Amino acid sequence: MSAVTRPGLAPAPMAPAPAPATAAGPVTQVRVVRAEWTKLRALRSTRWCALTAAVLIVGLGAAIAGSGTAYHVSPGDSAAKGVSVALLGVLFAQLVLGVVGVLAFSGEYGTGMIRATLAVVPSRLPVLWAKLIVLAGLVLPVTLLCAVVDFFMATALESARGGSAISLTDPGVLRTVVGSSLYLTVIVIIGLALGALLRKTAAGLSVFAAVFFVVPIVVGALPHKITGFAPYLPSNAGGALWGNPLTTGHELGPWTGFAVLCGYAVVLTGLAAWRLRRRDA
Amino acid sequence: MIEIDGLTKRYGDKTAVDGLSFVVEPGVVTGFLGPNGAGKSTTMRMIAGLDRPTSGTVRVNGKHYPKAPAPMAELGILLDARSVHPGLSARSNLLALARTAGIGRRRVDEVIELAGLGEVAGTRAGGFSLGMGQRLGVAAALLGRPQTVVLDEPVNGLDPDGVRWIRLLLKSLAAEGRTVLVSSHLMSEMAQTATQLVVLGRGKLITEASVEDFTGHATGTGVLVRTPETVRLGQLLAAPGITVINDGTDLVRVSGTTAEQIGTAAWRAHLPVYELTPTHASLEEAFMQVTQDSIEYHAGATR
Repeated sequence: MSAVTRPGLAPAPMAPAPAPATAAGPVTQVRVVRAEWTKLRALRSTRWCALTAAVLIVGLGAAIAGSGTAYHVSPGDSAAKGVSVALLGVLFAQLVLGVVGVLAFSGEYGTGMIRATLAVVPSRLPVLWAKLIVLAGLVLPVTLLCAVVDFFMATALESARGGSAISLTDPGVLRTVVGSSLYLTVIVIIGLALGALLRKTAAGLSVFAAVFFVVPIVVGALPHKITGFAPYLPSNAGGALWGNPLTTGHELGPWTGFAVLCGYAVVLTGLAAWRLRRRDA
Repeated sequence: MIEIDGLTKRYGDKTAVDGLSFVVEPGVVTGFLGPNGAGKSTTMRMIAGLDRPTSGTVRVNGKHYPKAPAPMAELGILLDARSVHPGLSARSNLLALARTAGIGRRRVDEVIELAGLGEVAGTRAGGFSLGMGQRLGVAAALLGRPQTVVLDEPVNGLDPDGVRWIRLLLKSLAAEGRTVLVSSHLMSEMAQTATQLVVLGRGKLITEASVEDFTGHATGTGVLVRTPETVRLGQLLAAPGITVINDGTDLVRVSGTTAEQIGTAAWRAHLPVYELTPTHASLEEAFMQVTQDSIEYHAGATR
């Protein structure tokens, strides 16, 4: 046992023992979660991305609430809609969080670390679940905190400038604030699944950006007759929950839309799990 | 123990490993040799469950490795020095792997010291030299004190001190009763470290033998004789099974007989002999002879 830990010593001339001492216990899902948390916490990019997302959500919200004409609640402009506008930063934060999600897997394929990771967890799927749990566990509280801070700051700024006082108890307001955080949490999971599925950072980010930025804009510019599917696009479906200010026209119900977004995440994660199990690492 | 049976791996139409069968026993260091592209790394990846065999089976310590409940207790593997996250420190890289098996920080610090990484444990692995990366990879392979250790080219990029460290480490692991499979291009290094050999060529097993047997059968094993009468010596020794090669100098290489017989024959014939040296083929010579037909990538137009 001690000979391994002392490189300077010549090997002891002893008979081979049938079962040499080991230090490793069984792999459990909890242990793999701790392993993934160790990686995520130690990576500088995690901190930078979390900080950037926070600045985008809170900073942009403050800039919107503090400029232009003050927001007045009226039959056409609900309290919840006012909050959605102050959450515009979510649209940019989603790109940052999409990058975090994609990189969580593609980064390991790109650097080669995936071989070390999968060699110690050869059943593989616990790695996917662990990354999912760790990312969701990080993004949900962080973005919820950002959304709440953004809400209180934006409403304080608006009412100070003579706008309507909006409270968390106004219809749809709490759903909008919490929904923006739920939306971003599902986004990071979609990014993760794309990273695991495509394995290349560039491919994962391109698909992510295409689906969440390019396609909604292109579809928004098309005539309404042929865009009946628009509400089912991931960004629009998920946007229904927190009132994405860029979505125009027909929308799904808030929770129906969110369920559709979750459906995309489930299908992509399922495909990623299948590919992770089946393909050579 | 590693038991490989009928192992085949195809990538498209290319067969990287072709019906390979061999056993790596515990308690000795087994060298894994073969020219580039012979299928060594592919075989190692299949041992670790990273690549799925097209057909055939691999058993590590009698088990199907991907189903082992405590993988890190079974197998420690170094595939290449770049299997680390460059954005993480050496310690974080090791800790992340250790966590999956409930291995604590104490063991992580232990392998860091063991690998001589104490001073750089906190710096990002991305800035590591090849040798440092190699040490980190070896440290990772040892984390769980595995029963079986598989190292692909561990001395690649290491300084002489590191090469010596690996040599002693592998021997001590084997002495503890662990199974040790190690590939290397450095034949002289392998000759000093390994006692058993598995030699591959074009994905197939060429031979499985002890280092002694392997080099004993190679040409180059014979007797070197220095005499001014090279022609007479040739006539004297002429017999079936004995070859005498003279390159024009006073040196003659004789194979198929012993130094004793040559010395006695020369003495009886009053033939002066200044030097009589039994020679053994080096592992490298033996390797080149055995694999020359199966080398996939020849340098230049040498063939």
